[in-house]
Amino acid sequence: MLRPRFIPCLLVRNKGLVKTVRFKDGKYVGDPINAVKIFNEKEADELMVLDIDATSQGRDPDYTMIQRLAAECRMPLCYGGGVKSADDARRIIGLGVEKVSISAAALANPGLITDIADAVGSQSVVVVLDAKKKLLGSRWEVMTRNGTTGTGLCPIESAAEAERLGAGEIVINSVDNDGVMKGYDMALAERVRAATSVPLTILGGVGSLDDVEALVARFGIIGAAVGSLFVFKGPYKAVLINYPSQAERDRIAQVGRHAHAG
Amino acid sequence: MIAILDYGLGNVMAFQNVFKRLGIPVNVARTADDLRDADKLILPGVGAFDQAMTLFEQSGLRGRAEEMALGRGVPVIGICVGMQMLANGSEEGQLPGLGWVPGHVRKFDAARLSHATRLPHMGWNDVQPVRSSKLFIGLEKDARFYFLHSYYFAPESADSTLAVAEYGGEFACAVGLENVYGVQFHPEKSHHFGADLLKNFAELA
Repeated sequence: MLRPRFIPCLLVRNKGLVKTVRFKDGKYVGDPINAVKIFNEKEADELMVLDIDATSQGRDPDYTMIQRLAAECRMPLCYGGGVKSADDARRIIGLGVEKVSISAAALANPGLITDIADAVGSQSVVVVLDAKKKLLGSRWEVMTRNGTTGTGLCPIESAAEAERLGAGEIVINSVDNDGVMKGYDMALAERVRAATSVPLTILGGVGSLDDVEALVARFGIIGAAVGSLFVFKGPYKAVLINYPSQAERDRIAQVGRHAHAG
Repeated sequence: MIAILDYGLGNVMAFQNVFKRLGIPVNVARTADDLRDADKLILPGVGAFDQAMTLFEQSGLRGRAEEMALGRGVPVIGICVGMQMLANGSEEGQLPGLGWVPGHVRKFDAARLSHATRLPHMGWNDVQPVRSSKLFIGLEKDARFYFLHSYYFAPESADSTLAVAEYGGEFACAVGLENVYGVQFHPEKSHHFGADLLKNFAELA
């Protein structure tokens, strides 16, 4: 049986790993290669690595770093940050990366999704949408540049459009819930799930495995991406990379299976 | 030595990495000449079927690889789109495939998938060998691998199916015909399960 995916999401800034709260105050949590080694040992389902400064600094992807990460990574790797063309994506895949994620560049030029899908296949194109709740009503806006710039776009519509253009996976990242550790934005997940049929991954807000379980219980097969919980331990957020055991993951998968049987 | 066929459309480095960890020497072959000392072939592939077939043809590797695989019985394994290339053709494209393992590549029928996520088939799935094969030594039970695809290999003869996985029904996720093997999943990124399978391949006589 296919299982839900439990995905550590690692944020890179100045070659180090950081963890943000609501996209701000990046706290240094260690060396990316070391983190990959620990997730190898724990046999994590897959990894997502986002270079959160590449786009805002107008930089190209750091191919040397990507190559080093890919060389170490024994599980599928999704890289995002500063990807602007099909050539960039092809080069990244060639380094041993399975999936390339795009965000700001895809919003500015939606045709890029199709270009990259044509170059490396839809299955390797991930569109990440950073979503922020609007002040009034139950609506959201897609943000770029680390949550600082509004696009006026609705993430539910953008997700459906990205799928239509060839995205093989959608990642919804909640700006409001990032680093807050109080659970996923389930309402937004619900709306995006209903509007799309490609694999969906939800990111932002996990405070405990109960939050992951709630997501899997609700949606069955889904990507549960996790930032803070997998890099911090305890109320004072001591840095300690951790990941649920296979038995624990199987148990949560089973919860999802039961909830969706018939 | 094992040669990884690099025709410009594959995650060649991912295979170099895993064999390096296993301590098994590999060679990256970009031209037919590079295949001189090869005694096993890995055919990787990502992306679209026609593009893969076109580039493989243009690389000049195809003829030599064919002569080795079909003429001399050199073990070969196609992975992901590389597996699909072994078929006679694919619903994804117009070009004929290699035909090294008779079969056709089909798209999953999304209507048969009950959950909201339909395609691509993405993530870890159970892989169950259906016949004894050296490729699956030590992987007979509780093996799982990472999948990332929307098309699958439907072999002409059920005898070619080495292992199955379930996605809206069972499909052949590993095929084999004498010395030619193919796997749809990604052994190069499937932790110890994948490393074991690639080691089994490397140890084939």
